[in-house]
Amino acid sequence: MLSDWGAVLIFLVVGLGVGIGGVVANVLLCPRRKFAQKYETYECGVETIGPTWVQFKTGYFLYALLFVIFDVETIYLYPWAVKFQSLGLFAFIEMIIFIFILIIGLWYAWKEGALEWK
Amino acid sequence: MGENVFLNIASWIRGFLDSLGAPLLLNDLIMMIIKASAVIVFVSLNVIWLILMERKVCAYIQCRLGPNRVGPKGTLQTIADVIKLVTKEFLVPRTADKVVFLLAPLIVFVPPALALAVVPWGDGMAAVDMNIGVFYLLAVTSLSTLIFWMGAWGSNNKYALIGGMRVVAQMVSYELPLVLALLGVIMITGTLNMSEIVEAQRNVWFIFTQPLAFLIYFIAGISETNRTPFDLVEAESEIIAGPYTEYSGMGWAMFMLTEYVSVMIISIMCTVMFFGGWLAPFGWTFLPSWFWFFFKVYLFIFLFMWIRWTYPRIRVDQLMGFGWKVLVPLSLANIFVTGIGMYVYRAIGW
Repeated sequence: MLSDWGAVLIFLVVGLGVGIGGVVANVLLCPRRKFAQKYETYECGVETIGPTWVQFKTGYFLYALLFVIFDVETIYLYPWAVKFQSLGLFAFIEMIIFIFILIIGLWYAWKEGALEWK
Repeated sequence: MGENVFLNIASWIRGFLDSLGAPLLLNDLIMMIIKASAVIVFVSLNVIWLILMERKVCAYIQCRLGPNRVGPKGTLQTIADVIKLVTKEFLVPRTADKVVFLLAPLIVFVPPALALAVVPWGDGMAAVDMNIGVFYLLAVTSLSTLIFWMGAWGSNNKYALIGGMRVVAQMVSYELPLVLALLGVIMITGTLNMSEIVEAQRNVWFIFTQPLAFLIYFIAGISETNRTPFDLVEAESEIIAGPYTEYSGMGWAMFMLTEYVSVMIISIMCTVMFFGGWLAPFGWTFLPSWFWFFFKVYLFIFLFMWIRWTYPRIRVDQLMGFGWKVLVPLSLANIFVTGIGMYVYRAIGW
């Protein structure tokens, strides 16, 4: 028997095939006319100034940090949700406490202005 | 009528393969390749129709006719566009990081393709009937963020960089409400298998027991697929095309294909989790289950387009504020309300 993950692997290969097939067909069919300006970075007609790969706004980084915390939380929440009906009231109250601690974290981030876009 | 068309085709091919006397594993393998190709080819070709539909819907909303030159009533317009895209020169900017830049369009279609594996297209028509289906689908679709970011960073273009930053911030922020909203449904059904979730809605669709979760999921879904009013990622008027600025030809087409397939996946999830999947409404079982599935999915895709051409784009601070200060607390509250509601429900013994 083919396992579930074997089947997923086949989907991965076929999905990859669509991407590779499309781009390879494009590269085979397309015309090529070398022209130096064509390979410049696009910036509405003017030449680009300075490097692009620079240190960027830290606001994005704060969201990423918050995301990691809550995303790990969801990994705990999913198994609990599946077994919610058989685990009983005790587990529900435990999970309320767990989420409550995280809500305090969210509240703190909110108070400190991490959720403001400046 | 026509209920078992696809299942009969599958079992006929299976019977033919078994009659050849090849090893069982090889037959399984061939069957799965056929199923995967059928699903992915269907969905990719469906995008051609979806783009035409988008343009027509947009045109009628704006009191225009839309494409009407190529083919009868413009129905072949997208096919002409695809031919044009395939024969466009595939440009790689001189300063780009060539490996990352070229890799992004090759693998961008993989996460949606993986997600399609667990979709139940009709009664017993899931290609892979996985026991952790919902969790798997959420896990693989979240990989898209990384690939958009690869394209953006590899381009070495300032518009692409801004667009890429926005992709990551937006998709990451709206993934939380998206994931948390589904927890209410999981708590009621106690399973992650998508067919069983559909089966659990025989009596009442979860839109009636989880309306808030549906709203949160749908809004977060629009944002995850980067469509208006949350399309800051590719806001044409300010950052050209966001992460896809430097892509031409099929490189760009792959990103577009992924966007439309993502819209379809969000619509599929809305249908499966909240609108009874392939179950017929009002007991109208004279039409096959797969018909009802596609009917509901197309209604959602139409809703996506309707919203896109009705609302203006919102600002980036409003976007992040709405995600973190409204949707995340609401989706957490929904978990509490669902849990308490289920205990009350049990206590009453309804």
